[in-house]
Amino acid sequence: MERRTAQAAITGLGITEQGKVFGPSAIGFAVEAVRLALDDAGLEAHELDGLLVNPGLTWGGSAQMGSFALQQAMGLRDLRLSAAMSLGGATAGAMVMQAVLAIEAGLADHVACVFSDAPLKPPRPQETDAQGSGSSGAYAFAGGLEAAYGAFGVNGLYALVAQRHMHRFGTTHDHLGAIAVAERAWAQHNPRAQFHGKTLSIEEYRASRWVAEPFHLLDCCLVSNGGLAVVVSRGERARNLRKPPVWIRGMGQGHPGGDPLETLASGAPIAAKSAFAMAGAELADVDFCELYDCYTFTVLVTLEDYGFCGKGEGGPFVADGRIGPGGSLPVNTGGGQLSSFYMWGMTPISEAVIQVRGEGGGRQVARHDLGLVSGNGGVLSTHTTLLLGRESR
Amino acid sequence: MSETTIPRPVPRATPELAPFLEAARAGRLEVQRCTACGTLRFPPRELCSRCWSRDFRWTAVSGRGEVYSWYVMHQVYHPGLAADVPYVVVVVKLEEGPLMTSNLVECARDRIRIGLAVEVVFEERDGVSLPRFRPGTHS
Repeated sequence: MERRTAQAAITGLGITEQGKVFGPSAIGFAVEAVRLALDDAGLEAHELDGLLVNPGLTWGGSAQMGSFALQQAMGLRDLRLSAAMSLGGATAGAMVMQAVLAIEAGLADHVACVFSDAPLKPPRPQETDAQGSGSSGAYAFAGGLEAAYGAFGVNGLYALVAQRHMHRFGTTHDHLGAIAVAERAWAQHNPRAQFHGKTLSIEEYRASRWVAEPFHLLDCCLVSNGGLAVVVSRGERARNLRKPPVWIRGMGQGHPGGDPLETLASGAPIAAKSAFAMAGAELADVDFCELYDCYTFTVLVTLEDYGFCGKGEGGPFVADGRIGPGGSLPVNTGGGQLSSFYMWGMTPISEAVIQVRGEGGGRQVARHDLGLVSGNGGVLSTHTTLLLGRESR
Repeated sequence: MSETTIPRPVPRATPELAPFLEAARAGRLEVQRCTACGTLRFPPRELCSRCWSRDFRWTAVSGRGEVYSWYVMHQVYHPGLAADVPYVVVVVKLEEGPLMTSNLVECARDRIRIGLAVEVVFEERDGVSLPRFRPGTHS
């Protein structure tokens, strides 16, 4: 395939403290993440001319014009690109894509892409359900049919898809558990990970409590306070900054529509086609993967949909430890969103930047010329692919 | 139980949902039928995603179907359901085609499987007849 020279690169990465970190608001975390990303790149705030924001759940009234809210919070002037974007867990990839497109169109030179959220509250003593959340009006949301059936939350929606996958293809709990165990093993080499220092065996996975069976607690991603930003820069500006550029070699989106309960598939095949064609690369060129992991099951489906194994073969594919440390296909090398921290799709992008740069320390993969990053939103509803490389072509 | 016990959540008769609840009250399970192209749909929506027509009628279905997927909810999201946990949320594929989210009741845990024949049963809850499903006699 014809290889295209990448026109833009990730030049700055900012990761705030993650997890049970209390104090800053969501916007406070966003400002800190951008500050860290600019510092990482060696850029001044006035050099930033684009700001793309994925407001988390706790941006409140600022979410609708989130990028403007952040611009004002930081006192940024004369931006040439600004947007709040919203594709669920695919937003992070879509922000990077939007930054690249704007740069290629000559509309911006340095674009910050930012996610932040602060859903965790500090524990309050002696609060009971009745006092805390059970007051009148707190359950005003519960007026629909789903509430009457107790069909709350995304856990159950993914559990339904997983249940059908298990029924149709023979996928087992231990297949899902193998993903949880592999990511936890990676997290032991990531000092930032919320589960750093807490190992996980398959027996412990099996013993973890049910949330929405077939999902154990440890099939589900973490919840984290924090912020995460990357700076995407025009190619010719990217080479002389503080860190080696991480080139955006390929990118694509895929939004299949329909009902994932019927298809058991994500938008990865659509997104991958664009991304690999742009990069002039093949699946065999991918050295490592950072896959969106709201659930263990999402990783399994995503591996299938990119074609690392056949449809329905994701369970046996992951069962032998292939995706863990020392395996032949490193996946979610920082512990992923299951075991490091949950910044929606920014977690996988950040780890790919770390790996491509060779900054992975004890978790650095041996070959890191090309990393595949996926984003996934809704219930396998929206999907992005980024191919991040050490060389521009 | 004490007076402060929080009741189970009850669906509100919004304009969109009221016809469904009225039919359930009369012992019928109904879904929307696009009057332009005939496509059945559930849950209620403003327009048909196949032909984009806004014209529809509520139409009765048999109340029979099979388990399309299911999960067991162990989390307490609503205090009114705390005593019911763990309970079974089911997606039923109705004989007529649409998928319907509901509860599976009167079914032992080890009998639940995808493909299990089920039929509608109405639970009285605070003035509302809530359609749920139990193992059926059809095949």
